[in-house]
Amino acid sequence: MSLVWLLLAPGAGGLLAWVSGGRHQNWPRWIALAVLAIDFLLALTLIGPALAPPGAPLDQTAWIMSFEKPWIPQLGISFELDLDGLSLVLIILTIALGLASVIISWTEITDRTGLFHANLLWAVTGVIGVFLALDLFLFFFFWELMLVPMYFLIALWGHEHRFYAAIKFFIFTQGSGLLMLAAILVLVFIHQRATGHFTFDYLALLGTPMGPVTAYWLMLGFFVAFAVKLPAFPFHTWLPDAHTEAPTAGSVLLAGVLLKTGAYGLIRFVVPLFPGAAHEFAPFAMALGVIGILYAALLAYGQNDMKRLVAYSSVSHMGFVLLGVFAWNTLALQGVVVQMLAHGVSTGALFILVGALQERIHTRDMRLMGGLWGAMPHLSAFAMVFAVASLGLPALGNFIGEFLILLGSFQVSVPFTVIAAGGLVAAAAYALLLVQRAFHGPESPSLAAAKPIDLTAPHLAVMAVLVLAIIGLGLYPQPVIDQVAAGLAVLQHNGAPAASLRVQFADNAR
Amino acid sequence: MTAAAFLAFAPYSLLGAVTIVVMLAIAAHRSHRLAAFSTIAGLALCCIALPLAAPASPTSVTPLFIIDGTALFYSGLVLGSALIVAILSYVYFGNRDQAPREEYYLLLLTATLGAAVLPASVHFASFFLGLETLSVALLGLIAYASPREDAAEAGMKYLILGGAASAFLLFGMALIYADLGTLSFARIGALSQAGSAPDFYRLVGVAMIITGIGFKLSLVPFHLWTPDIYEGAPAPVTGFIAVVSKIAVFAVILRYFVLAESPDDASLRTGLAAIAILSMIAGNLLALLQNNLKRLLAYSSIAHLGYLLVAFLAAGSLGPEAAAYYLAAYAVTNLGAFGVIGLLSTPGAGRDADRIDDFRGLFRSHPFLAGSLALMLLSLAGIPPTMGFIAKFYLIAAGIGAGLFWPVTALVIGSVIGLYYYLRVLVAMAMPVPAQLPTPVPADPTALPAMPALAGNAVIALLLALLLALGAYPAPAIALIRMTIGTPF
Repeated sequence: MSLVWLLLAPGAGGLLAWVSGGRHQNWPRWIALAVLAIDFLLALTLIGPALAPPGAPLDQTAWIMSFEKPWIPQLGISFELDLDGLSLVLIILTIALGLASVIISWTEITDRTGLFHANLLWAVTGVIGVFLALDLFLFFFFWELMLVPMYFLIALWGHEHRFYAAIKFFIFTQGSGLLMLAAILVLVFIHQRATGHFTFDYLALLGTPMGPVTAYWLMLGFFVAFAVKLPAFPFHTWLPDAHTEAPTAGSVLLAGVLLKTGAYGLIRFVVPLFPGAAHEFAPFAMALGVIGILYAALLAYGQNDMKRLVAYSSVSHMGFVLLGVFAWNTLALQGVVVQMLAHGVSTGALFILVGALQERIHTRDMRLMGGLWGAMPHLSAFAMVFAVASLGLPALGNFIGEFLILLGSFQVSVPFTVIAAGGLVAAAAYALLLVQRAFHGPESPSLAAAKPIDLTAPHLAVMAVLVLAIIGLGLYPQPVIDQVAAGLAVLQHNGAPAASLRVQFADNAR
Repeated sequence: MTAAAFLAFAPYSLLGAVTIVVMLAIAAHRSHRLAAFSTIAGLALCCIALPLAAPASPTSVTPLFIIDGTALFYSGLVLGSALIVAILSYVYFGNRDQAPREEYYLLLLTATLGAAVLPASVHFASFFLGLETLSVALLGLIAYASPREDAAEAGMKYLILGGAASAFLLFGMALIYADLGTLSFARIGALSQAGSAPDFYRLVGVAMIITGIGFKLSLVPFHLWTPDIYEGAPAPVTGFIAVVSKIAVFAVILRYFVLAESPDDASLRTGLAAIAILSMIAGNLLALLQNNLKRLLAYSSIAHLGYLLVAFLAAGSLGPEAAAYYLAAYAVTNLGAFGVIGLLSTPGAGRDADRIDDFRGLFRSHPFLAGSLALMLLSLAGIPPTMGFIAKFYLIAAGIGAGLFWPVTALVIGSVIGLYYYLRVLVAMAMPVPAQLPTPVPADPTALPAMPALAGNAVIALLLALLLALGAYPAPAIALIRMTIGTPF
């Protein structure tokens, strides 16, 4: 039942925030804060080992908690939520960034706060649902559901070109989502023909026997949906627009959380459901990852808009994730998990700082900045920390993630690893350029006249927590790795290329 | 007729009786409220009578009708939708207009009667009579807001094009009769099974029937009338055309093809698949160009009927139940959308509040109506947690289960195109109101007398509740569909 509460609390809180918005504009803020805080504590109580007894079949060792109720029994659809370590760490990240988003929007969003916080909480609900759902239909339901509030966040509270960006975001993700739906349905019908059982249960569909060509096409259907969300080159073009135009909280959620659903989908669905095809496709996927790393880094280097720069750096970091997922060994997958968390924290923090900067000096154009350190030392110092985190400085989380990914992918492909490592150099270039152009140098006269104030207490608190998190991940990532180990082991087992040859209905029929 | 047949046919007889009672009531005492209330009460009674007739089904009532689960389900959908349209009409005509309004309800009941018997028809005679009853009454409804210029134009267009379509249909039926010597669907099926290859008469006959039906369902390339008539008719009537007439015609044609035509006829399937794909693509592309919400919904309904043909083609798989759920979702969604347009419009004005510019700033001025319309549009786009999402999922499932590669591909592409124009309306509603207000100013529903305003908002709230409840938990609806229409596999 805890899982249902975990999922429903933000959803119900969203309704409450919406209704209360008519009374006073502060009520939705407090409600959102309270609901997410409770949800966060709830998620923390779930930390722990899997509950399976010793000696249980491998498939059952991963789950910390499960919940299942029939939903649309006529079509073999059930409301099935399962939590393993991977889901849990991502959910904790989601709620934490949700909390950060509420706090940093306190002064930025003054218009229709009720609807704003409702959408924010609903987006969080959708994402938590995606991380929990193990029925493919339910998963798709949440996958689509999280788009709508995100669309409204961008379209209603965004910047100049928000409508264009919001529609582009929606069409990209929805279009690729429909491909995934088609692939899900084909998989379900193939499974039905093989077993006579019409079901959307992920665990039952694992190991469905099918021809290699069919498997390849279905795998591509899933892959495209997740690659768009990740985003992987060449499906990334929606992201810079969406990030740049979204309000700060929207960018934080997009970068910190929504992109992770793409990576999660690759790990949870693409490889385990189609191990043979994914193995065959791995060189192409890794190539796309490497291209993404370098190409996005190059584009980031060329940006004048600070938010666009951070957005492209996001694409570059997600290239590492793609590389790591398709390397598919323990080291690489552990690296992927750490990278996802570290990227969520560091990029989220950078977006918060850019948002704070824009609120103060009303521009994101780095050509108009310079010498901000003198006026806003705290903001600049935090920006420095997260910029160097982003370039992969040891002792900060991103370093662990990228290092483990490269270590893992080295065992699979030396050339890809060598080229990808070049991305670290490129990251240093754009990250340091950002710091140099915005914060160092002579103070720009127009900004000096504006006398911007430095970060206030709420922002400082959020930043302090995020800095602690990124340092914690960098110095002692072992607890996270331990928490996800059991889940990753099962996924790796299901996703091993040889698994496609095994017929395993009996094992999976739970 | 046996007693069982009388009982089974009771809802339809009752509807006929209600029509006559309302006519007599109008003759005795002219009152908008009396006419509207008796219509609404009568339609509600018919809806209640349907489940009571269920135990007697399936029953053949004369060679013309069969009352079975399918007939009851689709008739229920037709009657329920007509009930909603009647309430919306009462709100729309409100107390604002002094022109005679009572005959409107008579026409509405007559059209509903024609539509309600179509799903039960198993014979060309009842098919054609039902369709003509529906079409002729619709003609009056379309042109009802006669002071408007485009009302007369829309009526004229429907008269001429609809007449041509009926002629095609009738000629097609005559050719088949000439070939086989029977008008009964089942006999046609049996004779064509027994006979050798279908001859020329029969092929031309089927092609002509498809032409006539294509017009009624506004499928490409027979869709040209649709946007003008959607635009010219009063909003509740547009809702009636979009929902009631399409459901009724779809139900009868489904029965005709199941009973009379071989499902594996390759040329027929190819032809229908081509029409489906053209409708999905052309409907969605043309909708992109519209600046008028009614015209936009007209093109979107062309696309939606194209989607529905996918279920039609998947008759062996999940098709029939997918079609049933899709039509239910389509009814709720479109009635809601046209209901909101109707609540914002007044028949006395030169036109309805239907330009997309009229909706600017609606989220601020009418948050409830704007929120409802937004959810209706998201349902049309197939976004959870609405009925439209489940419906689209169902259709794609049926299409994939039947191995329809190209139609499903077109469905996916069409849906993505569709998103763009639905979202455009949402964006307009979220934008600030322009400084220069377009004329006429959309009517303010709070300015209505209390009773109609309350009824209007209540209907929208009911549709919204259905949309979300059956979107989040569709199991009861699917259970009902399986109970009436039958199970797949």
